[in-house]
Amino acid sequence: MSTLATARPANYLSVDPGVMSWLLTKDHKRIGILYLVSISVFFLVGAVSAAVIRLSLFTPEGALLHGQAYNKMFSLHGISMIFFFLIPSIPAVLGNFLLPLMIGARDVAFPRLNLLSWYIFVLGGASTLIAATTGGVDTGWTFYTPFSSIYSNTNVTLTAVGVFITGFSSILTGLNFLVTIHKMRAPGLSWSRLPLFVWAHYATSLIMILGTPVVAITLLMVGLERGLGIGLFDPALGGDPILFQHLFWFYSHPAVYIMILPSMGVVSEVIACFSRKRIFGYEFVAGSSLAIAVIGFFVWGHHMFVSGQSVYAGLVFSLLSFLVAIPSGVKVFNWTATLYKGSVAYHAPMLYALGFIGLFTIGGLTGLFLATLGTDVHLTDTYFVVAHFHYIMVGGAITGFMGGLHFWWPKITGWLYPEGWSRAAALLLFVGFNLTFFPQFILGYNGMLRRTYTYPPEFQVLNVMSTAGASILAVGYLIPVIYLLWSLRYGQAAGPNPWGATGLEWTAPSPPPPGNFEKIPVVTEEAYAYSTMETRRA
Amino acid sequence: MLFGLRLFPEQASTMAGQVDALLLFLLAVSLFFIGLIFLTVIVFAIRYRRRSEAERPQPIHGSLPLELLWTIIPLGLALVMFGWGAWLYFALNRPPADAMEVFVVAKQWMWKFQHPSGMREINELHVPLGRPVKVTMTSEDAIHSFGVSDFRIKMDVVPGRYTTAWFEATKPGEYRLGCAEYCGTEHAKMVGRVVVMRPEAYEAWLRGAPTGISLAAAGEKVFQQNGCAACHLSAGAGPGPSLAGIFGKPVKLATGQTVTADDAYLRESILDPQAKLVAGYPPIMPSLKGMLGEEQVTQLLAYIKSLAADQKAKAAP
Ligand SMILES: [Cu+2]
Ligand SMILES: [Cu+2]
Repeated sequence: MSTLATARPANYLSVDPGVMSWLLTKDHKRIGILYLVSISVFFLVGAVSAAVIRLSLFTPEGALLHGQAYNKMFSLHGISMIFFFLIPSIPAVLGNFLLPLMIGARDVAFPRLNLLSWYIFVLGGASTLIAATTGGVDTGWTFYTPFSSIYSNTNVTLTAVGVFITGFSSILTGLNFLVTIHKMRAPGLSWSRLPLFVWAHYATSLIMILGTPVVAITLLMVGLERGLGIGLFDPALGGDPILFQHLFWFYSHPAVYIMILPSMGVVSEVIACFSRKRIFGYEFVAGSSLAIAVIGFFVWGHHMFVSGQSVYAGLVFSLLSFLVAIPSGVKVFNWTATLYKGSVAYHAPMLYALGFIGLFTIGGLTGLFLATLGTDVHLTDTYFVVAHFHYIMVGGAITGFMGGLHFWWPKITGWLYPEGWSRAAALLLFVGFNLTFFPQFILGYNGMLRRTYTYPPEFQVLNVMSTAGASILAVGYLIPVIYLLWSLRYGQAAGPNPWGATGLEWTAPSPPPPGNFEKIPVVTEEAYAYSTMETRRA
Repeated sequence: MLFGLRLFPEQASTMAGQVDALLLFLLAVSLFFIGLIFLTVIVFAIRYRRRSEAERPQPIHGSLPLELLWTIIPLGLALVMFGWGAWLYFALNRPPADAMEVFVVAKQWMWKFQHPSGMREINELHVPLGRPVKVTMTSEDAIHSFGVSDFRIKMDVVPGRYTTAWFEATKPGEYRLGCAEYCGTEHAKMVGRVVVMRPEAYEAWLRGAPTGISLAAAGEKVFQQNGCAACHLSAGAGPGPSLAGIFGKPVKLATGQTVTADDAYLRESILDPQAKLVAGYPPIMPSLKGMLGEEQVTQLLAYIKSLAADQKAKAAP
C-alpha cells in the first residue's frame, strides 16, 4: 500500500506536509481541511452532550443529571452544535474547498483573510471551550435576558465572547465568498451556468454578512449589562427584556438558513449527478435560495408569539413565515421532478440526498404548525419545537453535510471508501434519526416542555424510544468516521471523476494540485450537462 | 393510554377543541404532502433506477405551469392556515369582558396567585368550572411562561410589565401548569396545578380557606401607608389627579396624547410617575419603585378598580 503522499502526483496534501506549512497555508483546500478538523472537535462535544442528555431522559426523574448540571449540558450541546459546528460546517469546509474549484479559480479572492477567519474561529471556539470546562454556562444557546445578563451565575461572559469572536470568522468567510463568486469565475461561466451549490453559498454569504453583526452586538450588550450594570435588557435597570429577543432572532432565524441553504446546494449537486440529469427548474431552485435569504430576514418574530408582543406584530410575522416556506417547497418539488426519467444510482451521497428530501419535508411542514399563530401558542417551548428544528438542522443540514462529505471525499482525499458500508450508514442514519425525533413531536403536542430534566411519568415510553433511536443515530455517525479514516490508508485511488459528474471540480485531479488547474478552464455549457457528457468514469 | 403511551392531551378548556381542530387540519395537509413527496421519490427512484452505465437520459429543463402549480396551491393552503390560526390567536388573546381576574406573580421557581377575594395560593390555582378566568401576570426576576397544555394556552411572564392570558375550564380536575420559558436551575420544577372545581365546590373552597381581607382592602392599606391618599382622593382639588372612577377611562396626558387607564398604565404611573404625566398636574409624585413589591402593586390596582366600581354603584341608583 502506498502512503498518502508518495505514489501520487504532487497535490495540495503532499506539497510541503510540515505542520508550519499547514498553519500558515493560504490554500483554500487546506483551510477547508483545517476547518474540517476543528468543527469535528465541536461535533464531538455536541454529540457527547446530546448522548448524555438522552441517557438522562431515560427516566422521568432524570437518570444522570439534575438542575444546573442538566442545564449546562443542553447549553453546551446547543452552543457547540449551532455556533461551532452547523453554521461553519458546509460553508467553511466544503464551501472553502469547492467554490474556487467549481468556478474555475485558483483560490478564493482573499486567501490571507481566509486563513485569518480560521484563526478567529479557533480563538472564539477556544474561549467557549474554556468557558465550558471552567464551570460551564447554563443559559441555553439562546442567552435570553434578563436571565443571562443578571440572574445566571455561570460563565456567560466568556461564552458570549467566544460566540462574538467566532461571528467575525463567519462575516469574513461570507465576504470572501461573495467577492470570489463575483470576480473570479472562469471565462464563460455566466451566472446562469453556476452550479446550484455556488448559488446556495452566494445566498448564505449574504446572510452571514448582514445578520452576524447583529448577534455580535447583541451579545456585546449582554456583556455590558452583566459586567458593567448598564441597563439594556433588565427592567430593574430600565432596560427591555423583549428587545433582546428581537435582536437575537433577527440573526438567529436567518442563521437557520446559513445552516440549511448550503445543504440544499449539496443536494442539488448530488441529485443531478446520480440522476444524470440537469436539475429540473434550475432558475427556480437558484432563485428560491435568494428568496429564502431575503424573506428570511423578516420572520424573526415567529419565535415570540407568546412573548407578549402585539398581536398585530404576530399577524405580520406569521404571514411572512408562511411566505418563506413557499420557496423551500419549490426546491423540494423540483428535486423530486429531477428524478423523473433520470438514471438513478443509489450511491451513498444519493441516499443521503434522498434522506434529506424526506427529513426536510417533515421538518418544513411541521414548521407550519409553528408559523400558525393559534397552534404555536400550544406548541411553542415544547418538544414539538425541539423535534421540528432537529428535523431541519440534523435531518436537513447534517444529512446534507454527510452527503456532501461522501460526494466530494474522493476529490478531497483522492481515495474511495467502501460502498456497502457507506450505504448502510446512510440508511442507519435515516432510521435512527426518525426514531429519535419523531416521538418528540407527540411528546410536545402532549405538553412535554423543553429544557426540563424531569418530566411526568406518562411521557416515559416515548422518551425511551427517543433515547433508543439516539443510540442508533450514534452508530450511524460512528461508522462513517471509521471507514472514511480507513479509506485514507486502504482505500482505492479515486481518479479525477469517480461518479461521472459534471462540474469543473471533477476536471481537476483528485486530490487537486495547489493551484487547482493546470490551465484555467473555459466554460462552454450550462451546469449539469449530463446528456452531452461522455462517460468520464476512469 | 396504551401501555403508558399518551398520544393526545386532555381537552379541558373551551379553546382546546378549537386548537385541536386546526392541528388536525394542519396534520392532514402535512400528511398529504409527506405522502406525496415520499411516494413520488420512491416510485421515481425505483422506476428510473440506473440499468446500465451507458444511460444518458434526455435533459428536461423544467416547466413553468408546474412551477406555478406548486407555488400557488401551497400558497393558497398556507393562507388558509394563516387566517384560521390568526383568528384563533385573537380569540386566545381577548379575554371575555366578564372574566374573573387572578393576579400571578412568578419568580424563580414558583407561582404566586392572588384572588380578588384576597385569597393567596402558591403553585396551585383553584378556579370554578365554566367561568372565564383572566390571569394578569408579571415576574420578579427572569422571564417565565405560564403554560397549561390541557387548556392549550401559554403566555410569557415578563418582568417589568403585565401580560395576560385567559381560559374557561370545561372539565373538573387537576391540570398541570408548567413554566415554559427556561428560567434557570430549577426551571423543570417550576410546576404547579390548576384545580378546576364545580361552582358549588369552588364557593365552599373560597369560604373554607383562611381568608384574610380582600385584595382591594389590602390595596387600600397600601394606599394609606404610602401616603397616596393625601394627594389622590380629593376629587380634582388635590395636588394629584383623583383616582375615583379612573380605571378603564381615557386619561389626557401632558404631552397631549390620550391613554387608557388600564393595568399597564396604572402600574407604570405608580413605579415611574413621570413617564406619562397627566395633563394639568406638576411632576411631583415620588416613584414607588423599590418600595412596593409586585404583589402590593396588584393590590393597589385592585383598590383603584374598586373605586371605579364604587363610582358606578353610586351613579346607578
Ligand atoms: Cu425562526
Ligand atoms: Cu420559570
